[in-house]
Amino acid sequence: MTGWEIFLTAAIKTVAAFAFLLTLTIILVWFERKTVADLQNRIGPNRAGPWGLLQTVADGAKLLFKESVTPRKVEFGLYIAAPVAALVPALLIFLVVPIGRPFHIGDRLIDLSGTDLNIGLLYILALSSLAVYAVVLAGWSSGSKYPLLGAVRASAQMISYEAAMGLALVPLILFTGTTSLKQIVEIQGGSFGDTFLPAWNVVLIPSFLIFFIAGIAETNRAPFDLVEAESEIVGGYHTEYSGFRFAMFFLAEYINIFNIAAITVTLFLGGWHGPTFGLGAPFDWVLPIFWFLAKSMALVFVFVWVRATLPRMRYDQLMSFGWKRLIPVSLLWIALSTLAIGVRRMGLPWT
Amino acid sequence: MNDWLTQAENWAFILIALPMVLGAWRSVTSRNVVHSVLFLVITLAASAALFLLLGAEFVAWSVVLVYIGAVIVLFLFGIMITRAPLGMETELSHSNQTKLGAALVSGALFALITVAVITGFGETEIVSNPTRTSEIGQSMFERFVIPFEVVSVVLLAALIGGIVLARRDPAEPGDSSSSLGGAQSAHVTAEGGEA
Repeated sequence: MTGWEIFLTAAIKTVAAFAFLLTLTIILVWFERKTVADLQNRIGPNRAGPWGLLQTVADGAKLLFKESVTPRKVEFGLYIAAPVAALVPALLIFLVVPIGRPFHIGDRLIDLSGTDLNIGLLYILALSSLAVYAVVLAGWSSGSKYPLLGAVRASAQMISYEAAMGLALVPLILFTGTTSLKQIVEIQGGSFGDTFLPAWNVVLIPSFLIFFIAGIAETNRAPFDLVEAESEIVGGYHTEYSGFRFAMFFLAEYINIFNIAAITVTLFLGGWHGPTFGLGAPFDWVLPIFWFLAKSMALVFVFVWVRATLPRMRYDQLMSFGWKRLIPVSLLWIALSTLAIGVRRMGLPWT
Repeated sequence: MNDWLTQAENWAFILIALPMVLGAWRSVTSRNVVHSVLFLVITLAASAALFLLLGAEFVAWSVVLVYIGAVIVLFLFGIMITRAPLGMETELSHSNQTKLGAALVSGALFALITVAVITGFGETEIVSNPTRTSEIGQSMFERFVIPFEVVSVVLLAALIGGIVLARRDPAEPGDSSSSLGGAQSAHVTAEGGEA
């Protein structure tokens, strides 16, 4: 490909990914409200559009036109930078996730992901660790008590669970031997031996569970939503935000939920792999996208289900769960899985 | 010099290095602790960008993950759990003697690193193809394994030193803060030291 073509493909992919994420947020918010309403025996939004689908659009439009109130005591520059700092990493992480089978246009092979980085996993961990800056900056620059408390909680929580998240990925890297998301998905094609079981990395069950739990904590979702616990610290870090600035935090939260779901699917649940039923030309790349979205939405449902089921943790429970349960378990699992992988590759030491 | 300016890599280097120097300068001259920490983030981000420019993707993203994503966040956590000043702080102004000491130490460090880098690499040309992660792992655990272990011992020493400096012995007579928790007691010590 010439330089011009590379630039054009990158531009189209980036714009498409952003448009996709923004549209998806609208659906995700509606999906969450409807599902929680069902789980709580309520009706949920049902006025705007069919099944209340346009409710989020209406809410978004309202937030766009509302006045953005700026409290007197804020540090203005950082106060404005914080919502941007929330949204940018959320949008960037999605760019490395492959959402479908690569396909040909003419003789060119187009990957259905923004880019394929060799160190994709590290990129994901690095960018998701940047998300805490938005919370900390918003909390500090607001110049108010409750946001500051939210920021202190957020920084401790995110550091604790980030460690568990990174440790959970070590067995996966040893197992697959790569950190490129594209290759991780390719390895998961086919099935185990002659069985019908797909060869997904979910066989590393502890890794999968630890990663997903830490993911829920990283996105500050219930039961780990102490950062924005309404009953304790008002709205946490976004207490002093209104209008479009608040909408940006909201967008970032839902994009992050989808990102965690999509990354978990890519790493552990086979990515876009799924039965294609031997159908012909258009289906062999439409169906993978469908499988990817279906699996991701299933995990998003788990997010909502957990939120509707579990009460919020206390702060000390949160810390002791992170440091005394999750991290020791992941360290133990690293030791065990390393032994198992070593024995599988090189045989027992005495043979 | 003309030859140097015609290469695109050098322009990229200038674009990265200028904010880096500015961030480093502002992080020591800023009158607000939180601002200092945020300027340090700019410096670290620029150093990650320099590693990207050299094709060392793994090192670059490790810098982002470890330093920007964890170490600086811990700094911010520490500042916020003790005090989180908005606006300027007057007590941060140092005497000329302290400034002189700091200038001497940083100057000596700069000279040391410059000499080490120049004697170590000299005229070696930078090959700008991506470094593989396995190569980094191998060089770290085979050729440089002893320096690597020494660095971890140094870090351990720094950790213990930090605890010793921050924590006041509860049994110490006349210590009113003995019943407080670790973080708060560290806060009290810091406040007492300045009074």
